[in-house]
Amino acid sequence: MELLVIFISALLINNFVLHYFLGICPFIGVSNRLDSAISMGLAVTFVMSIAASASWLIYYLLLVPYHLEFLEIVSFILVIASLVQVVEMFIKKTSPPLYQALGIYLPLITTNCAILGVALLAVLKKYNFIETVVFSVGAGLGFALAIVIMAGIREELEFADVPETLKGAGITLIVAGILALAFMGFSGLV
Amino acid sequence: MNLWKEFIKGWWKENPVFVMVLGTCPTLAVTNSVRNAIGMIAAVAFVLLGSSIIVSLIRKMVPNQVRIATFIVVIATFVTMADRYLAAYYPDLSKALGPYVPLIVVNCIILGRQEAFASKHGVLESIMDALGMSIGFGIALLLMSSVREILGSGTWLGMKVLGHWFIPWQVMILPAGAFFVFGFLVWGFNAVNKAFKG
Repeated sequence: MELLVIFISALLINNFVLHYFLGICPFIGVSNRLDSAISMGLAVTFVMSIAASASWLIYYLLLVPYHLEFLEIVSFILVIASLVQVVEMFIKKTSPPLYQALGIYLPLITTNCAILGVALLAVLKKYNFIETVVFSVGAGLGFALAIVIMAGIREELEFADVPETLKGAGITLIVAGILALAFMGFSGLV
Repeated sequence: MNLWKEFIKGWWKENPVFVMVLGTCPTLAVTNSVRNAIGMIAAVAFVLLGSSIIVSLIRKMVPNQVRIATFIVVIATFVTMADRYLAAYYPDLSKALGPYVPLIVVNCIILGRQEAFASKHGVLESIMDALGMSIGFGIALLLMSSVREILGSGTWLGMKVLGHWFIPWQVMILPAGAFFVFGFLVWGFNAVNKAFKG
């Protein structure tokens, strides 16, 4: 039950994009086409769950026993950067079609603040390992949900008569605001 | 003259937040009050200045293939210093900013300036660039947080500016308000820039 609450809250109520404002750069940059948004969402979910578990292990098995908690930021970012490299090589070798779909998005993910955010928040909230895994999968799917909805809306926006200077980032942010309002409706769920 | 140009370009023409739309996470997340925004500006300016100096000093020693990783480690070191300092001297501010201080590591403004500027220019120019960009970031955050705090709670930096007749717009402090204010400010910046261009 506890796990379900963590999952739902990471997915909908405290949505990473619309509540924590994490991963806004890809949210604005990659949301203009639906198929690339889906690939990006999947890639983020994938890397996020692996990265959060790996960072959790490093924090509790390496940093805490040796009282090195102040190295949290440096070690997490290194773990994430190297993990993205490993995942990229692994996918390239084992599943070329998946690599075709995710390929160009994987390097971009290193600087996606949502990934580091999930690792930091899991430590901040003092989750245990299972909770961290559930939390990161929920957060990743929440990101995917938000970016896919956004891409769907933006494809329709193409036909709308938006003022010249509002096009691009401006209108995307305002639409995101309306989405955030809509997502607030979920706050009664748990 | 040239240094001056590097200094002021970040204020408006190449404003990192409104024109380049970088570093959006902190811009949206910590602007619910002016106080939080000032803390964030100070932390970002410190990290940006420190890492720009180091990166421009070591730029000839770092092999091209590992440059991004090197930049990240340099940035992460300065972020750790800022994070520890805030936690020790301003615990309540540190708590209010939460994970957004460690997240400066992945702030695209900082890595972006290292990659685009500090790794190619001398120390003096890099310092001017870093200061100018910090001021641009500061302008953006102060603008955002002033609008949100005044409309959202009727106060500015904790001082009451709007009378008792004012009913606070709750939505401005909520996440949705951040998106609205940011969207409209980007619009305003684009409109002004376009009007001046021709």
